[in-house]
Amino acid sequence: MEHTHVQHTEHRDDHADKMGMWLFLFTELLLFGGLFLVYSIYRYMNQEAFMAAGAHLDVFIGTLNTVILITSSLTVAISISAIQNGNKKLALNLLYFTIFCALLFLVNKYFEWSAKIGHDLYPGSDLFKTLPPGEGLFYLLYYFSTGLHAFHVIVGGILLAFVARAIQKDEVTKDRFVYLENAGLYWHLVDLIWIFLFPLYYLIT
Amino acid sequence: MEQHNHNEEHHVVPYWSHAWVWVALLILTIVTVAIADVHLPMLTVVVALLVATVKASLVAVYFMHLKFDSKVLAIMFAVTVVIFVAFMSVTFLDYSFR
Repeated sequence: MEHTHVQHTEHRDDHADKMGMWLFLFTELLLFGGLFLVYSIYRYMNQEAFMAAGAHLDVFIGTLNTVILITSSLTVAISISAIQNGNKKLALNLLYFTIFCALLFLVNKYFEWSAKIGHDLYPGSDLFKTLPPGEGLFYLLYYFSTGLHAFHVIVGGILLAFVARAIQKDEVTKDRFVYLENAGLYWHLVDLIWIFLFPLYYLIT
Repeated sequence: MEQHNHNEEHHVVPYWSHAWVWVALLILTIVTVAIADVHLPMLTVVVALLVATVKASLVAVYFMHLKFDSKVLAIMFAVTVVIFVAFMSVTFLDYSFR
């Protein structure tokens, strides 16, 4: 092995940075994987109850949020191509749009949850205690999984805001964009998890 | 052994190619919602999970650049999926035969 690349003035390894991000994402995948496992087993044991409870979820809001996340995933992906092409303005605008989508998703989630809570459907309510055990399990898992996912949406939005700031200050540029790539990877993961949460809770009824 | 520069060698994915993936994801979303309206419980479950897997693969392969980045990342991703499937299978075997 010879060292031919002596022109580097700073020590950095984008490849390793990215691999580190992926390792973290694997732990995230297995975290939600555990929740999917619990869901599958309880669904297998309480099929009727899960179907009945799932029918009460708002498919329209679920679908809307799916489209919002898919679209925001697209804008982050293009934003990475844009910064690689040196188009700072386009990259920034796409990131702003993505953060807007994150907020929109959370607003929808707020309306969805408050409608559920307005109907006394939350763990610990009087109605909740009268539900068949299987339906109670479904709603517990629903609140926990979508809540944990919504938390990831918040974290992802904040992360993207930090990257946008870094682009403004020219800390993320055409030649140095792994920060944006890693934040983008996190955002795609948020989308990836929702892709499974959506059919499991909203559609299989 | 080829020594290549990790910091400068990058594949820039064209904007339109990402847009096509987005169109595919939208169509699959419509398909999965439409199928859910048909009241055939087993079919719904299988189709919904199948469509979700295809969508997730599109996101991982194209949006997350697994297709363009180092193959090591794709292999690591595959290993994670295998671990998850193993957990799932073993747990279900346990529950099915007790």
